[in-house]
Amino acid sequence: MATVTQKQQLFGHAPTNHYLDASRGVMSWIFTLDHKRIAIMYMYGVILSLFLAGIFALVLRLELYTPGPWFLTSAQYNQMFTLHGAVMVFLFIIPSIPAIIGNFVLPMMLGAKDVAFPRLNLASLWLYWAGGFFFIVVLATSGLDTGWTFYTPYSTTTSTNVIAATLGAFILGFSSIFTGLNFIVTINTMRPKGMTWFRMPLLLWGLYSTSIIQVLATPVLGITLLLLIVERLLKLGIFDPAYGGDPLLYQHFFWFYSHPAVYIMILPAMGVISEMLGVHCRKEVFGYKFIALSSVAIALLGFLVWGHHMFTSGQSEMASLVFSAITFSVAVPSAIKVFNWLCTMYRGDINLSTPMMYIMSFIFLFGIGGLTGLWLGALSTDIPLHDTYFVVAHFHYVMVGGTMTSLLGGLFHWWPKMSGRMYNEPLGKLFCLLVFIGFNLTFFPQFIMGSLGMPRRYHEYQAVYQIYHQLSTIGAFTLGIGIFGAVMTLVYAWFFGRKASGNPWGAATLEWQSSSPPSFHNFEHRVIVSAPYDFSSVVYDESVDGYVPVVPKREAAPAPQPTPAPVSN
Amino acid sequence: MAQHATTTHAASDDHGHGHGEHFAHPAPVWVLLGTFGALIFLTILTVFIADNVELGSFELLVSMGIATVKAVLVGAFFMHMFWDKGFNVLVFLSSLLFFALFIGFALMDSYETLPNVSDYYKR
Amino acid sequence: MATTNVVRDEYSELVDLEHSHDHEHGQFIAHHFHSAEQQFDSGKLGIWLFLVTEVLFFGGLFVAYIIYRYNRPDVFIDAHHHLDTLLGGLNTIVLLFSSLTMAWGVRAAQLGDNRTTAISVLATMVCAALFLGVKAVEYSHKWDLGLLPGNLFSYDPLAKHDHALISNYLVMLCVPFGVLLLGFLLGAILNLNTGKKLIGQFYGGMAITMLGYFAGVGVGVLWMATMTPKHDSHDDHHAAVVVAADAVRPVVFSADDAAPKVETAVVDGAAAAEAPAGSTAPLDKSLGVFFSIYYCMTGLHAVHIIAGIAALAWIFYRSLAAQWRPDYFGPVDFVGLYWHLVDLIWIYLFPLMYLIR
Ligand code: HEM
Ligand SMILES: [Cu+2]
Repeated sequence: MATVTQKQQLFGHAPTNHYLDASRGVMSWIFTLDHKRIAIMYMYGVILSLFLAGIFALVLRLELYTPGPWFLTSAQYNQMFTLHGAVMVFLFIIPSIPAIIGNFVLPMMLGAKDVAFPRLNLASLWLYWAGGFFFIVVLATSGLDTGWTFYTPYSTTTSTNVIAATLGAFILGFSSIFTGLNFIVTINTMRPKGMTWFRMPLLLWGLYSTSIIQVLATPVLGITLLLLIVERLLKLGIFDPAYGGDPLLYQHFFWFYSHPAVYIMILPAMGVISEMLGVHCRKEVFGYKFIALSSVAIALLGFLVWGHHMFTSGQSEMASLVFSAITFSVAVPSAIKVFNWLCTMYRGDINLSTPMMYIMSFIFLFGIGGLTGLWLGALSTDIPLHDTYFVVAHFHYVMVGGTMTSLLGGLFHWWPKMSGRMYNEPLGKLFCLLVFIGFNLTFFPQFIMGSLGMPRRYHEYQAVYQIYHQLSTIGAFTLGIGIFGAVMTLVYAWFFGRKASGNPWGAATLEWQSSSPPSFHNFEHRVIVSAPYDFSSVVYDESVDGYVPVVPKREAAPAPQPTPAPVSN
Repeated sequence: MAQHATTTHAASDDHGHGHGEHFAHPAPVWVLLGTFGALIFLTILTVFIADNVELGSFELLVSMGIATVKAVLVGAFFMHMFWDKGFNVLVFLSSLLFFALFIGFALMDSYETLPNVSDYYKR
Repeated sequence: MATTNVVRDEYSELVDLEHSHDHEHGQFIAHHFHSAEQQFDSGKLGIWLFLVTEVLFFGGLFVAYIIYRYNRPDVFIDAHHHLDTLLGGLNTIVLLFSSLTMAWGVRAAQLGDNRTTAISVLATMVCAALFLGVKAVEYSHKWDLGLLPGNLFSYDPLAKHDHALISNYLVMLCVPFGVLLLGFLLGAILNLNTGKKLIGQFYGGMAITMLGYFAGVGVGVLWMATMTPKHDSHDDHHAAVVVAADAVRPVVFSADDAAPKVETAVVDGAAAAEAPAGSTAPLDKSLGVFFSIYYCMTGLHAVHIIAGIAALAWIFYRSLAAQWRPDYFGPVDFVGLYWHLVDLIWIYLFPLMYLIR
């Protein structure tokens, strides 16, 4: 009987002796080197930023309910949309999936005890806090009104606190670089024997490609922001035309990072979707290699298209032509992924759980977001659409409809592992639906008003656009309730949810071979490496109320039993 | 597929313990000294050329060429790239590729817009 | 029933094997690695990736440099009169030598020869500090002349420059190093006297490093001293500048084409106010952009040198503590790679800055 309890300890719900209660006290968290705790602490920061920036968004939407000014002055309005964008981009969406889900799951998917550089990982977290601190400084002082893009020459002349904000973004950039570096090394050197590159879970491919971008592109953001700070302080004359500088050069610098950065946001999301899809359809992921390699392709092609943000900025025609042409090529690997997902779902044994609902809404919303990107990438259509609400809708469809949807889905999917508890399924679905409806209600009208010519970042507008703005505002509040409800569902589950076993979904990747929540060292046993989407490698086991891995026969070396009966293959 | 399953302990056995010396590749002394000598020679050469040879527009090309030879020497021998894993070398060289992309597109655009900018200021 | 038995035994076997290889871990291998080699490979790839980020970080500045050099070749040619090739060349050789000693140190660590590693690393640090000393002389000299970045640029080629040999700026740049020198000396004496050999030797090495800085300052000042009389008597150097500036003045981008229009449009008042009273032509600030780039690039490089000294100090200490062995020398190798990269960047900076003709 002792061995059955042992099995429960290894693969079941762990009531005690897991990473959450391995040590106690605030200090044991702040100075932890445990990737799982670091992930949890990132989660607090990221969700807090989401709510903070979300409140800014609701204020903006409320203000835009009427065509004229309502309760904000124009200066306040400028501050609001800038802070909304900057906090969302730098503190929420860029760290979100890699820092929470990546940190928690990546080493476990490799059957490892931690990432390659645990101290560096902690340093990333501290840098994230430091960067967040600078944004708080911005809020407490004269604010920021440059837009999240910090375009010169306005950013070098405005009287708001550009320096604190850029310093914050600079520091957050290094946080992001260190996370990426850590992930690349971990995936390269810590894969267990038997896990070749093409037997790696797809989430790891997504995170790996993301990390490549983080390492290659983020340093350029660093130097850009540093130059901007010095430009402001010393009037360098590199970006500021008043002193002989070239503002277009700033845009080259900025978008050399920031276009690849949009893939920093979406690639992990695609990885999460690919990862969950097989599990919730109980079917081997279709076109594994194509999904895996298209991530890398997107990462590399993403470096060749930054000029599509500068079509109307005075960029030369030649450059615009080249960038526009290459922009189309990025759509190919994105489409490859979408088709492979659809093929995976086709004839799958779909389990309509909350994560699955998020997956489907991701595919739908990302489809729209990605396709409208092509409108914008085409030179002739971008000229009228640039800087209208069409662009706003485009990037919200990919960032919110894509990344945030997939983050929420991923949290629901891995919540049993992180917290050891199951969430409430009906509530999870309800709020997913609310998010989906609210989201479309908010942003679909923005496509329409954008194509009708409503410019972005305007405090007042003509009455013809009012109906779209009103729909959008109503949608925004619905979306807000949906997100808040989803998060609350998770919070409730953390404390009061039904106890989860080690592998409630029957997933075949390694992180599910631990108890829920995992122990401090993740696994108290050797992990058994099989193909990531071979669902016959796990069997349901009543004694743990979940799935347990099938131990491969040939490994059971000195078998005492004469004829071991095969466990179904 | 399950028959392909293996366990991680195989990995730890294969890596082995205690006999790790084989990953250290001390560079021979003569290589280090030779590299240094070549670097000093090239430094003097590039200064000499700058001061005494009239190259016109090729000047930048020549001085960058010499700098690149020096960089290759430092990279290959001081930084052990010559003996290092191919992947590490690839990683480092990729940074140069992406730098080249950056400068390539930015310069191309600058080249194209310069006349426009000058025209604008002349008006 | 038989099936469950089998399964049960197999799971317990999973656990037993786990425990059996735990104690094989050497002391210096972190708990999440299997072997010394895996740990080394991880560190090595990590440092290479870090160097990639460094290349792209500096890369931004190189892009700015190239774009401006391409757009305003005249300004860049004009600029070379203000940079001292000899001091730049001296610094290049100092850095190359430091790279040699660094590589030597790595080699020694790989062979487990901690003493040689310590000496080589110390030599590297001294070279690094010497480099900074020379740089301090160059910087302070330029600040005296008003060769400042961007809009702060206030160099007037027509004005007479009788600057002190040891400028106030130079003194300011020496103070932190002087304080560190005294502190390290004191630490070395106290610890060596109380028999704490390891830490005493460490402080002693750091004090020698700081002396390297002052050696650099000394060399720089001496060189400037031999240059200055020549300037004053023959005035060839400055004359060249004046001629160049005069010749260029009417056609320089900012003096004639671009800047005035922009400036009148944007900072009309400011530009007028900053022109020195009495001089008829407005001060030509176009060189300021060159110096913006010059200071950004060499300044960032100097920051990397300082960070390098800090990292090397850590390696120096651990070498004194004799911690390297043929299967554990990673940190020396990694800091070494970083140091070589700093050298690599200078290899490009030197011709780009000092050898424009
Ligand atoms: C699928 C391929 C995609 C294409 C072809 C594409 C194309 C474009 C283009 C051409 C623009 C510039 C529009 C303009 O300013 O006139 C743009 C803007 C933007 N895109 Fe995309 N995009 C794609 C995917 C994404 C993804 C995945 C994200 C983020 C997760 C994203 C985020 C953004 C953002 C944030 C902006 C606006 C930046 C700003 O001006 O503030 N895009 N996109
Ligand atoms: Cu883009």
